[in-house]
Amino acid sequence: MSQRKAVALISGGLDSLLAARVIMEQGIHVEGINFFTGFCVEGHTHAIRNQDQAKPKRNNALWVAEQLGIKLHIVDIIEEYKDVVINPKHGYGANLNPCLDCKVFMVGKAREWIEQHGFDFIITGEVVGQRPKSQRADTMPVVAHESGAEDLLLRPLCAKNLPETLPEREGWVDRDRLYDFSGRSRKPQMALARQFGFEDYAQPAGGCCFLTDKQYSTKLADLWQARGERRYELDDIMLLKVGRHVRPRPNFKLIIGRDEGENNFLEGYRKQFTHLRSTSHKGPLVLLDGEAGEDDLELAARLLGRFSQGRDAPEIEVEINRGGATSTRRVKPLPPDEIRQDWYL
Amino acid sequence: MSEHTLDARNILCPLPVIRTQDAIADLAPGDVLHVSCTDPGAINDIPTWCRINGHEVINIDQDGREIRISVKVGATE
Repeated sequence: MSQRKAVALISGGLDSLLAARVIMEQGIHVEGINFFTGFCVEGHTHAIRNQDQAKPKRNNALWVAEQLGIKLHIVDIIEEYKDVVINPKHGYGANLNPCLDCKVFMVGKAREWIEQHGFDFIITGEVVGQRPKSQRADTMPVVAHESGAEDLLLRPLCAKNLPETLPEREGWVDRDRLYDFSGRSRKPQMALARQFGFEDYAQPAGGCCFLTDKQYSTKLADLWQARGERRYELDDIMLLKVGRHVRPRPNFKLIIGRDEGENNFLEGYRKQFTHLRSTSHKGPLVLLDGEAGEDDLELAARLLGRFSQGRDAPEIEVEINRGGATSTRRVKPLPPDEIRQDWYL
Repeated sequence: MSEHTLDARNILCPLPVIRTQDAIADLAPGDVLHVSCTDPGAINDIPTWCRINGHEVINIDQDGREIRISVKVGATE
């Protein structure tokens, strides 16, 4: 009999690492698949901010694959994923996180992948009761069914709490050597990690997706409201991760770099936006997103002043570039008591 | 053996890795791909991806913010 093959959804966290290893222990050939949605916390922000420069710049999914000694296929699903975010059939979690639809979508993509590549089944690191929406006893069958994976979807960490899957029934995998983890405790996973000799694994508190983040979701909701429609491009969701976002008026917002790293990142976008910077004092690069009149530009320049080293100066000089045309104006930096808290997104 | 270039500048990881992966899928064993990128994360991520997928990083150069990584396509892809 030829060796059976499974593809493991690898997020970069501990559970998917363990699930893959448990199946590899049973002599199954495992390869990893990782989906890039554009909202992945992984990788994106680590290179931008100065304060993050000292952190290890590692992609956790790649790290996990290397620990396991398996191939990893990273799949760009940015375009297709938009419909999951914009129209989630099962709704959102606490923020704009469409976790159940997301899992259905990813397992569905994995099902297509195993058909194209001649693999036998799919494994995930899901644990019953671990997540409030996508990993519950009543939603796990929804994922298996709506993805089309049905009994080709095996969750090794909690398989004993679930009906037998095809790999178990066919004897490709020994059910007795699978696990019955449940609930939100991480202790069983940490014990299993010790048993396998895994250390230094990633345990992101909010998962690996920006959509679970309240502040990020607020900024995305604001973007949709300002545009009058629920849509986004990759550049939009990248920029939501960077800088201070301030909307002083409904018709425009400012994206203000917080340090040199963010200013460098925003430089790459300046041609797409009206942008401002001080020529008299050190300070941020500011992108203006929206339609701004003369009065709005004055306010934007004064706000820039507030975040520049000229904040206490009577006046600063600001260069404004709009559509390639540059103008300069002198403005008084906005005093702190004139900046409303609800301007901050 | 042939040499190819890939412009992966001004995109953030893992996109440089994905672009490298997709470019290599169309190349033959022994071909060399020169990847230009600006995300410092690529210095770790592209070599890691190469190690686990059987390709060899033969050179890494850095000039200011620009990083150039040369990859020799392995036989396993």
